[in-house]
Amino acid sequence: MAPKQILSPLPGTFYRKPSPDEPPFKEVGDQVAVGDVVGIVEVMKSFNQVVAEEAGTITAFLAEDEDAVMPGQPLVELGS
Amino acid sequence: MSFDSILIANRGEIALRINRAAKSLGLKVIQAYSKADADSLPVRLADEAVEIGPPQASKSYLAIPNIIEAAKATGAGAVHPGYGFLAENAAFAQAVEAEGIAFVGPTPDTIAMMGDKVKARRAAAMAGVPVVPGSEGRIEGLEEARAAAAAIGFPLLIKASAGGGGRGIRIVREDADFVQQLSTAQGEAKAAFGDGGVYLEAFIEKARHVEVQILGDGKDAIHAFERECSLQRRRQKVWEEAPSPSLDPATRAELCESAVRLARHVGYRGAGTLEYLYDEQRRAFYFIEMNTRIQVEHPVSEMVTGLDLVALMIEIAQGKPLPITQAEVKLSGHAIECRINAEDPARNFMPAPGLISSLVVPGGEGVRFDSHLFEGYMVPPFYDSLLGKLIVHGASRDEALARIEAALSGLEVQGVPTTRPLHQALVRDPDVRAGRFDTNFLEHWLETHAATLGAQPGSK
Repeated sequence: MAPKQILSPLPGTFYRKPSPDEPPFKEVGDQVAVGDVVGIVEVMKSFNQVVAEEAGTITAFLAEDEDAVMPGQPLVELGS
Repeated sequence: MSFDSILIANRGEIALRINRAAKSLGLKVIQAYSKADADSLPVRLADEAVEIGPPQASKSYLAIPNIIEAAKATGAGAVHPGYGFLAENAAFAQAVEAEGIAFVGPTPDTIAMMGDKVKARRAAAMAGVPVVPGSEGRIEGLEEARAAAAAIGFPLLIKASAGGGGRGIRIVREDADFVQQLSTAQGEAKAAFGDGGVYLEAFIEKARHVEVQILGDGKDAIHAFERECSLQRRRQKVWEEAPSPSLDPATRAELCESAVRLARHVGYRGAGTLEYLYDEQRRAFYFIEMNTRIQVEHPVSEMVTGLDLVALMIEIAQGKPLPITQAEVKLSGHAIECRINAEDPARNFMPAPGLISSLVVPGGEGVRFDSHLFEGYMVPPFYDSLLGKLIVHGASRDEALARIEAALSGLEVQGVPTTRPLHQALVRDPDVRAGRFDTNFLEHWLETHAATLGAQPGSK
């Protein structure tokens, strides 16, 4: 089975942390439940949460903190 | 300092505006751009363009070393920062000047002083400019805070010294809440800005936002009258006009003279704006802060005075004295500006980047559209949502209202939703038509009117 992915809902800048001085929302190996925030996408100075739509364990981040991302671009890989 | 080339360290419509002014002065235009703006109109219309980094503003338009490097590599004689990004960053101005390059704007010291609200307020008070009744600078101890609050009266505002853009402000309506709110505000200021300093200010319930455009050459200063920018959503201006419909001629004269006094007092160099709150009931105005840059809404002042403010600020940076006297600056007619943003007013102003599939721009006498759009342009998601500014001029406010209504009908942007429907509704609103509004008007208006603004093609 292909790994599950969390996709970017919007184009913009992906942030893994709620603010520059804080730790990331999630790390590789963390469990996520449906609705958990895994990052933020900033589009035109508005900040939108990226949430997990399925539960799982984070196996990889496919975008780095502060990367430019496109809608539908995979951001996080989830194992079961 | 004389120069014959200028680096534009900004993007979008203001980059084009600076390009136009610079070329009118015969200067070579060098455009700094991020990867996301490689295909933009400012890049196409520049004499030379230089990439300064990836799309994210923090790594390009806000990266001081990248811009300094670009200016040095291209041999630019001057740097124009536009608005936003590094326009009011004293360290940037300092870094530009340290390379022997002219900074089109005030000195780093002036930027730093006016960027500190407590120092700006003190300078205003020393120049005899009325300020909102408030504490003398930062509040240090609880006793001092209590005494200041008693002198100011309630309601009052607790503001973070290091705040800005509407952040770090609390309203306290009664004495009983004061001590608790003060301690919360100090904690918030410390957390948000790394500086727990706060000061107090009287809260004017029904305030109008009126601001004076000034120009200084470091010695002398003049004003280009005032703008009213009371129609704001989340403290972002959406509609601006000149002159203010709320001022009588005597108050206008007093207000504009006060702004010139402050500009002279600080030896201001360049274009700047003094922001005031105007209390219509008391017919009193109070200085709140100064913007040490050209502003988004500068065209309304240009339309009513015939001045080219951006060209003038460049000439001042070249070391020339002000080429006009106050007596030569005449107020003529009325101008209105509507900011057209890539946001959907029917969906809580959700910003929406995307492809401009079709564009029709109105024209004719007294109509100006400052914009970087073209058909086929991809509006990037990395910057603010401003697509352009529709500005009109008429002999009277009524004529300007009729003209903006027609111009809004003539503007068609397809591919992304825009705030055009908001402006079309505002221009028809009886209170807006009568000039009856304050800084809270639009937020209240949206509570009852947002649903009528309708979904647009291009919205998802």
